[in-house]
Amino acid sequence: MVRVLASTILDAPIDQVWAILRDFNAHDRWHPAIAQSRIEDGPADMIGAVRRFRLQDGSELREQLLSLSDQTHEYRYCLLASPIPLMRYVARVRLRPVTDGGGTFWEWSSEFTPPAGRGPELTALVRDGIYLAGFEAIRARLRGDAPVARSSSPSVMPTSPLATRSGNSRNRAIVIDRHGGPEVMHLQEVDLPPPGPGHVQIRHTAIGVNFIDVYTRSGYFPLLDPPGTPGMEGAGVIEALGDGVTGITIGDRVAYACPPVGAYAERRNMSPDLMVHLGDDISDQTAAASLLKGVSASFLLYDIGRVQAGQTVLIHAAAGGIGQILVQWAMALGARVIATTSTAKVGLVESLGADLVIDYTAQDFAPTVLAATQGQGADVVFDSAGRTTFAGSLEATATRGHLVSFGQASGPVGSHDIDRLASKSITLSRPNYAHYTDTPDKLAPHVSRFFGTLRSGEVKLAAPNLYPLARAADAHRDLETRRTTGALVLTV
Amino acid sequence: MARAYTSCVIPEPAPDVWRIVRDFNGLANWTGFVNDSRIENMMRADQIGCIRSFRLKDGGVIREKLLALSDYDMSCTYSILESPMAVTDYIATLSLTPVTDGNVTFAEWQADFDCPPGREEELTRHIGGNVFQSAFNALKKQLSGR
Repeated sequence: MVRVLASTILDAPIDQVWAILRDFNAHDRWHPAIAQSRIEDGPADMIGAVRRFRLQDGSELREQLLSLSDQTHEYRYCLLASPIPLMRYVARVRLRPVTDGGGTFWEWSSEFTPPAGRGPELTALVRDGIYLAGFEAIRARLRGDAPVARSSSPSVMPTSPLATRSGNSRNRAIVIDRHGGPEVMHLQEVDLPPPGPGHVQIRHTAIGVNFIDVYTRSGYFPLLDPPGTPGMEGAGVIEALGDGVTGITIGDRVAYACPPVGAYAERRNMSPDLMVHLGDDISDQTAAASLLKGVSASFLLYDIGRVQAGQTVLIHAAAGGIGQILVQWAMALGARVIATTSTAKVGLVESLGADLVIDYTAQDFAPTVLAATQGQGADVVFDSAGRTTFAGSLEATATRGHLVSFGQASGPVGSHDIDRLASKSITLSRPNYAHYTDTPDKLAPHVSRFFGTLRSGEVKLAAPNLYPLARAADAHRDLETRRTTGALVLTV
Repeated sequence: MARAYTSCVIPEPAPDVWRIVRDFNGLANWTGFVNDSRIENMMRADQIGCIRSFRLKDGGVIREKLLALSDYDMSCTYSILESPMAVTDYIATLSLTPVTDGNVTFAEWQADFDCPPGREEELTRHIGGNVFQSAFNALKKQLSGR
């Protein structure tokens, strides 16, 4: 939090100064930085009034009147939306009479939270570009100078690199124009309008890459009708609010892992309903790398698999992003964990603490699981590999066991005869992420449970593999060819 | 209830002005109309609740109680316990605010009080002018002569 304060003495009676400043919508008639302003609804002296105004450089801002007093000659207002990251900006304009001489004391102050490292620059911008420029403009007006012609006035606000004349802002995003391989993803400039009613604008700092994004891109899941932007997981900072948004504000650090797609972008607009506030101990990269996987692990273990201490759990793709979480978390729950992975990653999975690690490239995993369980099989099987593992997973599942098929990294599971499940009374689950996470009430317990395991150290996350946003296609290639271990994150 | 309010700009940085006016026992040093002052009961001058008893140059005695003092806000609030003026429930606040433009000081002195009907205007003028403004004038003169 930084505080900016500027004050001056004007050689005019307070009533004359207040008559100019009191009008919340009149700043475009006296402040040189403001090109045009209008009140969105109702009168300008109604508490809660929102002024929508354009700076000389074309960028658009919205501010809301919080208080106004004709008795103490002061008002306060806050910023609702701005291309300049003055987060949690609340300002106060205050006048006092100077009885000795008949002048006016004018104080203009604010508090806001700047992004890391940008405090001095933004403080100077607010003080010089807004407050001191405003003082001089009012002084000139009181002297009777002709108002500065707007078209020729120098812009005292720096030109925002993100602003365009339309009020939309420029934004870079990965766009796919048809379903296909990684090569269909390209970084493009796209227009981003201000957030609509009930929506917020988030500036991503980290974007999670998940297998569901591969299915989005390929068209296996009908999540995206090209052209469009994939991605369902991100973390960053709220930069603008649409009308009617509550419970979240500019400057909040948040993360999300939910539809609709569109996360592979510098910024996006979306509903904040399923956004999660991040504590100081959860970094943006950690959140983007793990929220979807951690929440998935939570409902897989608690709501679907209902894993209990003493049970045997088989986890495929144990070196993958979600696999690593499942292994550690199932261990913490007291389960006996058998994990499968490929040769190169055996050491990694062993280091997570799995009781038995099977190199599926060297041996058939199903007989090995049966042998390790005195022929009983695993009580719960988590299978995200799909085609190559499904039949073996059925074989490795215990009588009255539970096979949870939640992915198809190796290809679609295909058709199977469910009559065969009866031979061991097997329960088969085929969960869909959305059905366990699509309301704040459903999502919240998973988020708090998962962040709890991070804080307690029960689940430790390796640093994610980082790719610049422009190299999203490389990230998909590496994910699909299993070249990576752990999570993949796009950085902005 | 009547109110006297006086404010002025003192062309010195606020901390320098505050150093002088924060002394609740220091009216004799800067107001020009106080002869001598003492704090009762061996209390300190910046102890909230202390009472200053001072004699005006015209002989009148005033006792005032310190209600609030803030070095952070540069403000001081006190009430009158006893005075030759016909005021009751008198509470005054002297406060300083820095003016960033020129690094000077905006000084305010305000008093709220009750008085016999019909005397509001006279007392407001007296307190705002003969007391507050005249003290400010003396202070400005003293600072400009340094």
